[in-house]
Amino acid sequence: MSAHPHPEGKLPHEPERATLEGRNKVLGFWLFLGGETVLFGTLFSTFLALRGQVGEGNPTSHELFNLAMVAVATLILLTSSLTSVFAIQAMHKERVKAMIGWLIVTVVFGLLFLGLEIYEFAEYAAEGHRFSTSAFSSSFYTLVGFHGAHVAFGVIWISILVGQIVKKGLTVVTAPKIYVAGMYWHFIDVVWVFIFTVVYLMGKVG
Amino acid sequence: MAHEVPVKRYRGLMDWLTTVDHKKIGILYLIAGGFFFLVGGFEALLIRIQLWKPMNDFVGADNYNELLTMHGTTMIFLAAMPMLFALMNAIVPLQIGARDVAFPFVNALGFWTFFFGGLLLNLSWFTGGAPDAGWTSYLPLAGPTYNLDHGVDYYVIGLQIAGIGTLIGGINFLVTIINMRAPGMTFMRMPMFTWTAFITSALILFAFPALTVGLVALMFDRLFQANFFEAAGGGNAVLWEHIFWIFGHPEVYILILPAFGVISEVVSTFSRKRLFGYSTMVFATVLIGFLGFMVWVHHMFTTGLGPVANALFSIATMLIAVPTGIKIFNWIFTLWGGSIRFTTANLFAVGFVPTFVMGGVTGVMLAAAPADFQYHDSYFVVAHFHYVIVGGLILGIFAGLHYWWPKMFGRMLSERLGKLTFWTFFIGFHLTFFVQHFLGLLGMPRRVYTYLDGYDFNELNLISTIGAFLMAFGTICFLVNIVVSFRKPADAADDPWEDGRTLEWSIPSPAPEYNFAQTPLVRGYDALWKEKMEGHGTMSPAEPAGPIHMPSPSILPLLMSVGLFISGLGFMYADNDWPNPFFSQLFGTHIVAVLGLAVTLGCMLIRSLKDDPGFHIDPEEPQLKGVKA
Ligand code: HEM
Ligand SMILES: [Cu+2]
Repeated sequence: MSAHPHPEGKLPHEPERATLEGRNKVLGFWLFLGGETVLFGTLFSTFLALRGQVGEGNPTSHELFNLAMVAVATLILLTSSLTSVFAIQAMHKERVKAMIGWLIVTVVFGLLFLGLEIYEFAEYAAEGHRFSTSAFSSSFYTLVGFHGAHVAFGVIWISILVGQIVKKGLTVVTAPKIYVAGMYWHFIDVVWVFIFTVVYLMGKVG
Repeated sequence: MAHEVPVKRYRGLMDWLTTVDHKKIGILYLIAGGFFFLVGGFEALLIRIQLWKPMNDFVGADNYNELLTMHGTTMIFLAAMPMLFALMNAIVPLQIGARDVAFPFVNALGFWTFFFGGLLLNLSWFTGGAPDAGWTSYLPLAGPTYNLDHGVDYYVIGLQIAGIGTLIGGINFLVTIINMRAPGMTFMRMPMFTWTAFITSALILFAFPALTVGLVALMFDRLFQANFFEAAGGGNAVLWEHIFWIFGHPEVYILILPAFGVISEVVSTFSRKRLFGYSTMVFATVLIGFLGFMVWVHHMFTTGLGPVANALFSIATMLIAVPTGIKIFNWIFTLWGGSIRFTTANLFAVGFVPTFVMGGVTGVMLAAAPADFQYHDSYFVVAHFHYVIVGGLILGIFAGLHYWWPKMFGRMLSERLGKLTFWTFFIGFHLTFFVQHFLGLLGMPRRVYTYLDGYDFNELNLISTIGAFLMAFGTICFLVNIVVSFRKPADAADDPWEDGRTLEWSIPSPAPEYNFAQTPLVRGYDALWKEKMEGHGTMSPAEPAGPIHMPSPSILPLLMSVGLFISGLGFMYADNDWPNPFFSQLFGTHIVAVLGLAVTLGCMLIRSLKDDPGFHIDPEEPQLKGVKA
C-alpha cells in the first residue's frame, strides 16, 4: 500500500473514486457541468444581446450598479471556494471533523453572498429596475438570478450532506457526494467570476 | 456482502412503475414513444384529410394550426427521440458487455419526466386549446401579445419537463459507455450503434441546455411579463430563432445518428460482412456531430442576417454532406459482394439508403442561400425534412425494432407481416412526400390550412393524402405483427438471425435481468463473430462467476415527475380567472406550483438520505430468465 497519512487506514486513498459508483458519479457530474456551461453560456449571450435595451427613463447598468457591494460579494464567494478546497483536503486526510467545519464555513459564506444579492436586487427594484421593466432588466435578473438559485441550491445541498456525514461518517458512499458538491461549488464560483466581469465591470466601465 | 438488506421487489404493474432495469425502461420508452407516434400519426392524417382538396373545411384554420404544431412537436420530442432511447436503453449496455447502466435510478427518472412532460403537452387538447404557433414557436407569434390562450404555455412547460429527461438520459449513456465497457471493449472495438448513441448523447448534452434557456425565457415572457422577445420592451424576436436553432439543428443529428448506427448493424449482419470502413464511419460520426453545431443559421437565411453570414453558413452546411457521403458509400460497400438476406429489418435498412440520400440532396439544395429564398417555407422544405426524418429516422427505427425485437421480447416478428409493413409504409412514404417537392416548387406555402383551386395543387395533394393513408396501413400491419407475436411463446434463440456479430447476441433472448452472468472478455471488433470464426462459438468470461449486485427498484422517479407535472400546471394557471373564490384562492396563487416542486425536491431529499444497498442475484437461480413482458 502507499504511504499516505491515514492512520486509521480504513478508507482508500481517494475514497470518491474507490468504487465504480463513485467514479460514475464524478464523471457524470463533470458532464453535467458541461451541460451547465452551455446553459450559462446561452444566458450570457442572451444578456449580451439585450443589455443595451433599456427603456426610456429606466436606469442603465451604469447608473444602477453598486460595484463596491458586488465586489464584497465576489470576495465572499471566492473565499468560500477556498474553504471548500480545505474541506476536500481534509476529506483526503480523513480528518472528518475539520472537513465538516470547512463545509459549514462554506455554507455560511454562501448564505452571506445570498443575503447581499437579495439586498442588491431589492435596491435595484426600488430604483425602478424590476423584472418586467425592460429587456435589459429581464435578462439581468434571469442570468444573475439563475446563478443565485444555484448558490441557494448548493447551500441546501451541502447542509444536507453535512447532516449525512454526521450520521453516517465518511465512507466510500458519502465521499463521492462531498467531492461532487465541491465541484459544483467551484463551478458556480467560476460562473460568478464571469458574471462579475461581463455584467458588472463591463456594465459599469464598458 | 456483509449486511444483505432485504429489498422489496414488486410484481405486475408496480414492477413497471418502479423498475430501474434499463431493458424494461427501454420497453417503457417503446410503449410510450409508440403511443405518441400513433397520436402524431393521427394528427398527420387529419392534416392530410384537410388538404386533400382545395378550399376544404374539414378542420378549419384554428384547429389546423394546433394539429400542425402538435404533430411536429409530438413526432420529434415524444415519438422519435423516445423510440431511439428505447433502442439505446435496450441494446447499448448489452453491446458493450455491461451489467447495467451507470445511473439506473436517473435512467428511470429520465423516462418518467419525458412521459409526464408529453402528457402535459397533450393535456392541452382537453383544456381549451393546444399550442398553435408551430413546432418552432417563432416569436412574436408565440408571444403573449398574439397568443392569448394557454396553448404555448403547455409547449414551454411540457417540453421543459420532457427535456430534463432527455438531458439526464444523455449523461447516463455517456458515463455508461465511458466507464462500463467490458474488458477488451476498447473504443475502436465498439459496435457502430453504440458509437452513434455515444455521439448523440454528447450532442444532447450540449444542445438541450440551450433549448432549456430558450423555453425558460419564453415562459418568463408569457407568465411573468419579461421582455426577452417582446419588441415593445426592447426584446428581440430573432434571438429566439438563434437559440431555437442552436438547439434545433443539432437536434436533427441527435435524431439521425442513432438511425445511422442501426443501419450499420443491420446491413453488416445481413450481408454477413464486417462493416466496411469502420474507422471512417466512427470518424464521420464524430465529424457530423461537430459540424451539427456550426450550421444552425441555415434555418435563418431569409431572416436578413446579411450575405456574409449566409455565405459562411451555406458553406458550413454543405460540408456536412461529406461525412454523410462517406457513410452512404460505406453501407453500399458493406452490401457489395455480401451474402445478403432480405429480412424485414434489412429491407428497411436498404430502403433507408436511397431515401436518405434524396433527403440529403434536397438539403444541399436548401443550403444554397440564394436558392433557399425560393424554397423557404414552401412544401419543398416539408418534403426535405420528411425525407430525412421519416425516410431516414423512422425507417431506421423500424429496421432496429425488427432486428432487435427478439432480444427485447424473446419473440420473433412475423416476416410476412413485416414485409407487408415495409412495402406499404415505404411506398406510402414516397407517395406522400415525393410529390411535395413539386408542390413546393410550384409555390405552395407550408403551414397554410387550405389552398385555392386552379394552381395545379389539387392532384399532387390528393396523391399525398392517399400516400399518408398507405403509411397508416403499414403502421397497422406492424401493430398486428406485435399482437400476433405476443400470442406465441417467448422462445427465440440467443442468436436468432444466426449471423449476429455483436455481444448482445451472445446472451439469452430476452436478456436476463443481469445481462451477462459473467462479464465477457472482448478480443476484437465484432466480438461474437470473432469467437464464432475462431470456432469458440461463445464469449469467454473475464471473471469468475459470483453473485451479481443489482440496484433496487424505486417509485421515486415517478413521483418526482408527477411533482413537476403538477408544478407546471400550477405555474400556468396561477393568474387565471377562476369561476369562484375558492378556486382562485387555491390555484390563483403559486401555491400549487410550489407544492409540486416540493414533492419533487422532497423525493430528491429522500433519495439522497436513504442509501440504496441494492440486492444480489445468484446467476444460477433458474427463475430469473429475462425480462418478462
Ligand atoms: C446533408 C444534410 C442536410 C442538409 C444540407 C440540410 C439542410 C437544410 C436546410 C438548409 C434547411 C432549411 C430550409 C428552410 O427552412 O428554408 C433544412 C431544414 C430542415 N432539415 Fe435539413 N439538412 C440536412 C439533413 C437533415 C437531417 C439529417 C434532418 C433530420 C433528421 C433534417 C431535418 C430538417 C428539418 C426538420 C428541417 C425543417 C425545420 C423547420 O421546421 O423549419 N435535415 N435542412
Ligand atoms: Cu438544420
